[in-house]
Amino acid sequence: MIAIGLEGSANKLGVGVISHPAPGKPAQVLSNIRHTFVTPPGEGFLPKDTAKHHRTWVVRLVKEAMTEAGVSINDIDCICYTKGPGMGAPLQSVAVAARMLSLLWQKELVGVNHCVGHIEMGREITGADNPVVLYVSGGNTQVIAYAEQRYRIFGEALDIAVGNCLDRFARTLEISNDPAPGYNIEQLAKKGRALLDLPYAVKGMDCSFSGILASIDILAAELKANPEQRDSITGEVITPADLCFSLQETVFAMLVEITERAMAHVGSNQVLIVGGVGCNERLQDMMGIMARDRGGSVFGMDERFAIDNGIMIAHAGLEAYKTGFTTPLEESTCTQRFRTDEVFVRWRD
Amino acid sequence: MEAQAIHPCAANSDERVLPSIFRHPSAAAPLLITQGAEALLYRSTYLLPSTPCALKYRPSKPYRHPILDARLTKHRILSEARVLVKCRREGVPVPAVYALDEAAGWLMIEWIEGEVVRIRLNEWLKRRKEEDIAEGVDDGELLELMTRVGSAVGRLHAIGVVHGDLTTSNLMLRPRSREVSNGDSETASKMLDGNVVLIDFGLASQSQADEDRAVDLYVLERAFGSTHPRAESLFVEVLREYGRSFKGANVVLKKLEDVRMRGRKRSMLG
Repeated sequence: MIAIGLEGSANKLGVGVISHPAPGKPAQVLSNIRHTFVTPPGEGFLPKDTAKHHRTWVVRLVKEAMTEAGVSINDIDCICYTKGPGMGAPLQSVAVAARMLSLLWQKELVGVNHCVGHIEMGREITGADNPVVLYVSGGNTQVIAYAEQRYRIFGEALDIAVGNCLDRFARTLEISNDPAPGYNIEQLAKKGRALLDLPYAVKGMDCSFSGILASIDILAAELKANPEQRDSITGEVITPADLCFSLQETVFAMLVEITERAMAHVGSNQVLIVGGVGCNERLQDMMGIMARDRGGSVFGMDERFAIDNGIMIAHAGLEAYKTGFTTPLEESTCTQRFRTDEVFVRWRD
Repeated sequence: MEAQAIHPCAANSDERVLPSIFRHPSAAAPLLITQGAEALLYRSTYLLPSTPCALKYRPSKPYRHPILDARLTKHRILSEARVLVKCRREGVPVPAVYALDEAAGWLMIEWIEGEVVRIRLNEWLKRRKEEDIAEGVDDGELLELMTRVGSAVGRLHAIGVVHGDLTTSNLMLRPRSREVSNGDSETASKMLDGNVVLIDFGLASQSQADEDRAVDLYVLERAFGSTHPRAESLFVEVLREYGRSFKGANVVLKKLEDVRMRGRKRSMLG
């Protein structure tokens, strides 16, 4: 069976075509195309402009994806799109495109939960069977484990997402948003040496990032006013790289801690990291050390599948479609709020 | 602080170097009792062979930056000790603090004899099921236990401490006198006997907020519901006694209704 997936819940527009051969065989990625709306340094992406970007590019991307996959309209079984969660306007423009394709091609629609898309794609690509999932991106921070037909949220960020914290700090420093603000913070952090004191906000399996962002923003403002500041321990001049380093070390330690607590709670020793922040090599390293300590392992992904993409929507949608799930045209809405544990996971036992 | 013990070597695959207190000559090597995500709990006779104590060790986390790691370990050991000392001073039943070394990462506290409520309650429920006693019949003993739990939590909250992780695994039943707890002569009627002692203050904090107190009760209520569904109906007894335990407890119970309505989780944005 073959499905096409459309994703546009944030500033990436992704279209992918996936094929599920006979049961038990791995899924085949036929095409996976993405176009990112990049804003100038110091600016975030606004819903209105992002939606316009998606509207401008969606037809071109669908055509490209179909050509690259080498399939015809007749080969497609269903059209999968992101129902939520995400930003309203971008979600809507992609949902409209999906509805149009459905009417044009006479194919069934499948609305997909964005988070479940990440998890299912992660399991498929890495072969992790039943891992604790850390889903970290610009919009979401969740520790998830599967139990009885649902992906249950064990811990989550109580305010802003970890990726949002990193992105907004990139804006403070006016670092480039190309290819992604978080990527550029990661590169800068590699040159950092001094660990500055930041709040550490973990409560059980939940965490919070807005206080950390406020603190690091204050440190950045102080640095700008007085560039000659020295670290009290190393005696070296503090640089923006040190700020990025301190921010990463602190927030990633929090993420690894809540993940470890969830692993101890459910008795699992596999971790799967999904979402855009999951590309960060320092986070993957730290998680790897923790998992090895527990006699387990970590499954990470590269930017093709960790960052928002169409193929994950196609994959999760096709899993649901195979169990008989479809979204009728009149119900093919999208929603900004759509919790991971609302989805009934019929395709797993 | 449960009965069965795991040998430290068996559980620690990578043979960490333990702080010197663990290697000190003593009557017996420290026994690893439980291993959480954060800390290891040992039973040690470091002080005197006749006076066992509980050693809570927070090993350093190699994934964390050493400065951050030392800061967190120090902060957590000190705040746990402060809360325990405060409880002890105010007469809340908790283990006494004997010693600590926040740099080496350990806290030594009183060893509490007995078993956790989770185990005792499950045994009690199992035995009743085997004897085919219906729910609600002859459960005065359980009602009495619920009352003692409610009173203990109330006393904790009254002094401005919230536990942060109230479950039936963090409530101990300490035998009332040494002679009673003598092995197999224990009958079903005495199974739920004992003084309730609150343990594991790793997530505790000092707070007078009704919201925090209500969340504490909610977590306990959920723990009862998921671990002992057949005793859940009697949770109202815990709340009834709690309501009597300090001035302002009824406000907390009102708040608990709000917390129940929304659950622990917020509605997700984006």
